[in-house]
Amino acid sequence: MSEVELKGVRKVYPNGAEAIRGVDMQIADGELVVFVGPSGCGKSTLLRMVAGLETITEGEISIGGRVINDVSPSDRDVAMVFQNYALYPHMTVRGNMSYGLKNRKIPKDEIKRIVEETARMLRIDDYLDRQPNELSGGQRQRVAMGRAIVRNPKVFLFDEPLSNLDAKLRVQMRIEIKRLQRRMNVTSIYVTHDQTEAMTLADRLAVINEGRVEQMGAPMELYSNPRTLFVASFIGAPQMNLIPVRFDGTDLGDGVSRFAGFSDLPMDTDLVLGVRPDILSITTDGQLEFRVDLVEQHGGENLIYGTIVGSDQGAAHGLEICLKASQQMLPKVDDILQLGFDPAKAFVFRKDTGERLI
Amino acid sequence: MKRVQFEHSPIPYLFVAPQLLIIAIFFLWPAGQAVYQSFLLEDAFGLSSQFVWFRNYSDTIFNEGWLQSAWFTAIFSSLVTLLSLGLALLLAVKANEVIRGASTYKTLLMWAYAIAPPVAGLMGNLMFNPLIGDLYHFMNSFGYDFDHKLHETDAAFVVILISVWKQVSVNFIFFLSGLQGIPKSVTEAATMDCKSPTRRFWTITFPLLAPTTFFLMVTNITYAFFETFGIIDTTTQGAPGGATTTLVYKVFQDGFRGADVGGSSAQSVVLMLIVLILTVIQFRFIERKIHY
Amino acid sequence: MNKHTVITHFILIIGALFMTLPVWVAFMTSTHAPETIMREGLQFWPGGHFLETYNEVLFEPGGVMKKVTALGMMKNSLILGIGFSVGKVIISMFAAYAIVYFRFRMANFLFWIIFMTLLLPLEVRIIPSYKVVADLGLLDTHTGLIVPLIASATGTFFFRQFFRSVPDEILEAARLDGASAWRFFIDILVPLSKTMIAAILIIMFVVGWNQYLWPLIMTTKEENYTLVIGIKQIYQVLNEGGELPQFQKAFALTILATLPPVLVVLVFQKWFVKGLVESEK
Repeated sequence: MSEVELKGVRKVYPNGAEAIRGVDMQIADGELVVFVGPSGCGKSTLLRMVAGLETITEGEISIGGRVINDVSPSDRDVAMVFQNYALYPHMTVRGNMSYGLKNRKIPKDEIKRIVEETARMLRIDDYLDRQPNELSGGQRQRVAMGRAIVRNPKVFLFDEPLSNLDAKLRVQMRIEIKRLQRRMNVTSIYVTHDQTEAMTLADRLAVINEGRVEQMGAPMELYSNPRTLFVASFIGAPQMNLIPVRFDGTDLGDGVSRFAGFSDLPMDTDLVLGVRPDILSITTDGQLEFRVDLVEQHGGENLIYGTIVGSDQGAAHGLEICLKASQQMLPKVDDILQLGFDPAKAFVFRKDTGERLI
Repeated sequence: MKRVQFEHSPIPYLFVAPQLLIIAIFFLWPAGQAVYQSFLLEDAFGLSSQFVWFRNYSDTIFNEGWLQSAWFTAIFSSLVTLLSLGLALLLAVKANEVIRGASTYKTLLMWAYAIAPPVAGLMGNLMFNPLIGDLYHFMNSFGYDFDHKLHETDAAFVVILISVWKQVSVNFIFFLSGLQGIPKSVTEAATMDCKSPTRRFWTITFPLLAPTTFFLMVTNITYAFFETFGIIDTTTQGAPGGATTTLVYKVFQDGFRGADVGGSSAQSVVLMLIVLILTVIQFRFIERKIHY
Repeated sequence: MNKHTVITHFILIIGALFMTLPVWVAFMTSTHAPETIMREGLQFWPGGHFLETYNEVLFEPGGVMKKVTALGMMKNSLILGIGFSVGKVIISMFAAYAIVYFRFRMANFLFWIIFMTLLLPLEVRIIPSYKVVADLGLLDTHTGLIVPLIASATGTFFFRQFFRSVPDEILEAARLDGASAWRFFIDILVPLSKTMIAAILIIMFVVGWNQYLWPLIMTTKEENYTLVIGIKQIYQVLNEGGELPQFQKAFALTILATLPPVLVVLVFQKWFVKGLVESEK
């Protein structure tokens, strides 16, 4: 059994900086969980604590029911794929893949068998006797994965493994990783800052911000039901439109535009109205007046960027927002459009705490 | 070679001229002279010289004193190189691991580079001085009669100790830099693949340090062959009985003190050849294996 | 702290002591009266004679002919150190520039000649070098002391490595801007090399100051001794003088001989290490 459990995990550096501020989570056996968040949020630190490359200041981490806080990395039965692959430059591909097994005193012919089988699976069997500096980025990446796979660990750890690849390769490898993980059914933790990668790979997603897990759940759950402003703005591309508003008892408004259809909101508090680009549409009785700045044609659909206009008394005046439209929609720059949205599909957050109210 | 270069200009010749001039006058000409003089034998008054072909060479090489020097130089160089490399590597590895006080340790371990070999030699000499030297008494306190003026091994010990002491700093600096050049993620991957730190060191760290080690080996051997002159001259002067005379010291002794220009020149040439052969061996056989 | 860290610190402390204790003792001993030293041997703690001893050593003539003070020798060492490092930097930069940036027929051949000098240090051609300098009438002169030492190729190699790492695009941009070869060198390459120049100056200063064999041979008059040479001679005199051996003076001299290069190395530590490591082939 290889569930991973984190209980009250904290990490404080000797200089007082707190990188992880109390994380609790349970990862089921065979699940692929993605840690996602902006740079510096602590996602890599958390991963490395599971690996044993960072110490745990407080709390417990267990794998398969066994607490591994004080267990050395090589005894935790975890394998890691590093961002820059970390292949041993002086060993061949075969050497790199065999090293961990050799140190665990696995018999030589057994090692040979495992290494060759894994190499075939990853299509690197032709390179077994080459050195890392003779391989391309994508090939090295696969060797790094091979090195982790031959270990047959309880948990796979991925630390942004695709960020050094070009865009096309990244998409290819993403799919391969997902397939492999499904096939091997090994519990995996994957760290990335790319929300597309996160959304497509994860069984479950953990959005991490400033050392805390803001929300954890299935990708679509986080997309349609973000619990905080941070999660709402982080998940989803293009980013959710965020409009500063206040509630006057009946409607939300920014001082000029009025958004009906909302109730039970605190008055005299700064709120944020969240409207995803895909629920905005061009109508005659829209709530927002909008001047077009730029139209991006993505082939199947268009993204129209512009600014909210209207009286400049409004708090939202000059705010840049985005809407998704069909490929036929091609307004000209500086065109003024009326945009509307269904309030039932919008979100309202408190500005100070980020808590979601509607 | 640079992809982009200047062409058709007198400037390069002008720029290179100063160095070439100095090299011509103070290197090529003397080197040529050394070779020429090695074929000559001067008479007792230095007034005339005779061309004697290779007699100086055969006299030199089959001379017991020279053979003793050659033997000592070989042992001396090997010991100094191994010991100072080993010590420096150990210290560099430890200094790389430590966090608290790291920069203090580094400064303290590296500053000795600035001391001139003869100064180190003199300090060592004073510390082994029978009148006041604590080290002298220390060595004798083991019930062993330590006297570096009389006993050959004791003299060798003193000279080797001081030479190693001086060289540890340089090696330390290079090893430390080499260690820091190993990507952190590679060492981390090794931590996950291998439990024993010693095993990790010999299978991952040490091979990756190979270019540095090779470079230092070459430099250290050169150091032991030549720069230790200053140490020997201020401690034992090659005594007792030529036991601590290195080949280069003998060149100096015979040439300047003994006024045997022919013999000394022959020795210089032989020494040149030895160094050349050693360098070629090192480059051909080792250098190729170590580049990743 | 776990056991492993304790051992690590222990090793490092022993190492640091090994490297610093000798000099510490030398310095401490130099501050004691000669009688104390005769009686008790080497000293670990300061005595009261610091000013007195160093004063004597710096300002009173010692040596066989009583013609030179430590201060005078320091001056000679300084001239050697600075002259050598500045000379080396200038000459090497020029030569490296020529070899790297110009396509001319003899480039490769000249490069190999310069390379050869690395394999054969001064000690090997010491006697004929002496003769050449003597014949040129340069014995006992600063020129004769400094210039022959500049012959070796270390500086050239280093600058060659560095110049090769300068992106080609910079030269291309400069040529488009109308820079001549000389202007490119002065206006662009030299400023770019500032840190490296500093590092090499520092290293070469230490190397120059610490020269032993060559100054030993070609200075015949005591007042031209550098500190590093003078020490040995003066010590011999101190020892054989028939009076109380002046060990404290001997130690004081070693400290003085060590001080400037050590200060330079400590103050400019970062640059110095950088330069040393960068010059690895």
